[in-house]
Amino acid sequence: MCIDYITDRGPVRAIDHVSLDLERGEFLGVAGESGSGKSTLAQGIMRILPPPAVITGGEAIFEGRDILTLDEEELRKLRWSRMSMVFQSAMDALNPVITIGEQITDTMHAHGDMSARAARDRAAELLEMVGIPGDRLDAYAHQLSGGMRQRVGIAIALALEPTLLILDEPTTALDVIVEREILEEIRGLQRKLGFAVIFITHDLARMLQFSDRVAVFYAGRMAEIGPAEELRTSPRHPYTQGLLRAFPSVHGSTVEMFSIPGTPPSLRNPPAGCRFHPRCPVAVELCSKVSPELKQIGPGHSAACHLAK
Amino acid sequence: MRYILRRFGFYVLAAWVALTMNFFLPRLMPGDPATALFARFKGRLSPEAMQGLREAFGFTHEPLLKQYITYLGHVLKGDLGISVAYFPSPVMKVIGTGFVWTLFLAGSAVVLSFAIGTLLGVAAAWWRRGWVDTWLPSALVFVGAFPYFWLAMVALYVFGFTLGWFPLGHAYSDDITPSWSFGFAIDVLRHAVLPVGTVILVTLGGWLLSMRNSMIAVLGSDYVNLARAKGLPPARVALRYAARNALLPSVTGFGMALGFVLGGSLLTEIVFSYPGQGYLLVQAVRNQDYALMQGIFLVITLAVLGANLCVDIFYLWLDPRTRESRS
Repeated sequence: MCIDYITDRGPVRAIDHVSLDLERGEFLGVAGESGSGKSTLAQGIMRILPPPAVITGGEAIFEGRDILTLDEEELRKLRWSRMSMVFQSAMDALNPVITIGEQITDTMHAHGDMSARAARDRAAELLEMVGIPGDRLDAYAHQLSGGMRQRVGIAIALALEPTLLILDEPTTALDVIVEREILEEIRGLQRKLGFAVIFITHDLARMLQFSDRVAVFYAGRMAEIGPAEELRTSPRHPYTQGLLRAFPSVHGSTVEMFSIPGTPPSLRNPPAGCRFHPRCPVAVELCSKVSPELKQIGPGHSAACHLAK
Repeated sequence: MRYILRRFGFYVLAAWVALTMNFFLPRLMPGDPATALFARFKGRLSPEAMQGLREAFGFTHEPLLKQYITYLGHVLKGDLGISVAYFPSPVMKVIGTGFVWTLFLAGSAVVLSFAIGTLLGVAAAWWRRGWVDTWLPSALVFVGAFPYFWLAMVALYVFGFTLGWFPLGHAYSDDITPSWSFGFAIDVLRHAVLPVGTVILVTLGGWLLSMRNSMIAVLGSDYVNLARAKGLPPARVALRYAARNALLPSVTGFGMALGFVLGGSLLTEIVFSYPGQGYLLVQAVRNQDYALMQGIFLVITLAVLGANLCVDIFYLWLDPRTRESRS
């Protein structure tokens, strides 16, 4: 898939030939720095990219149909009933002047006939499921804490029992304890209900803990993808290695913090060859000339690096 | 509920301040209405009558505080004195009819303009760069930039005088007696088309632009994006999620406009010889009818306060966040 942002000074490619596949019921993590295109990809899959972003090529096959070729009405029906999303900021994703109950039930009404009574009961059930008392249906967003709002966001996302749930940095605005609780909640619900998850975050350590597989993005391209356990113990791409060292271990042992020198490149004119080479500690001459292809280096494990074996 | 009571308390206080200023301002000015009236009769009144006039207007030689208390008592009883221009009708009665016409004229103009302008703003923002968005805002701002009285007179000349589609003035035809009948209602509406229409024409652009801009901001918000992603029907996304929230700033403006129009319908009423408050005010100024002027100011002030109280309560219903955070 390719996604461009059309700007006054020409198109900027935010997602550059990225290819992902996802099994039913799988928990896939997508990691990367700010601006690496993670959220753009998520919105691209849902086809809710705000202008000036335009999907310029590729395909997104979901249950045998290419989402990119669907018309508005087909898309409207597909959205939420089959795939849904939890937004980045729980604060902004809930409408402040509508009760949370209505924001859950209107989804159900939009996708099928349901009596008001039944929808309300189901909404209360959903709230209970994410750990909010069912009698808070008539509450407004401002009456809830940040963690509770994000739980409401999850309840909305699960309202129609989708087969794919996209989490776009769902916990960035929350503190670590609430973050952990919510992720565990999602993991538990996933085991129970069997939906697939695309979990987007910049917190690689957290992601490795929860995901089955992890994809690492750098400057609009995929740097590495593989089983979470393998990425954690033997990352092949220097960028993944750098990212792993940039986060303290979750198990509390004090290690020296390391940060990758430099800043992510501008997507307007990315460096030639491998986009990571200016910041790469092990770059060789080839890296600045030829862009590495994503190549398989183990079962289900690929990396886009000339040096990876 | 406590919030409403507090707002209500505030408006009562504001009303009292207005009443007090209404009392003191004329007394701070040189001369008094009794002298003015006395002069108007060019010596045909006796000095004793002068004393009587002073008493009728409340300008006695009693201490100011006592006058003030008497004044407050009279106002509370609805007694605003005797009009000079419409002698000997009491001010309250003169204002009564004028006020009803102004309320009808200005009220329907503001409400219609707000409703139409806001809907057009929603359409302009929703179909961004569509024809509504491209042509209407600039056209309406252009029209709104003309001096109102000029526009009103052109409308009167073209549609009233040349084409003869609408009557030239007044609130209803002279050959018809006011009654609660269908014929009378039609007649009143025909008379209202031009004055109401011209006011709408010049104020529409402002409502359209303010709604369009706040709607565009709301359309970019996460919750509208979520509503779209949820697969809600487009009409529901546009109205329930986007327009509902974008309306909030416009409603505040609506409260202010209501007050402005009640006081500012003067030009409309003069151009269309409409028997409302503005027209009365001009009569009062011409005749140095202090009691009538004071009465009109008072009624306008109270009407503005009342309108704002209504908007406050409406806002409370519209935005649940105001229900707790302020109490």
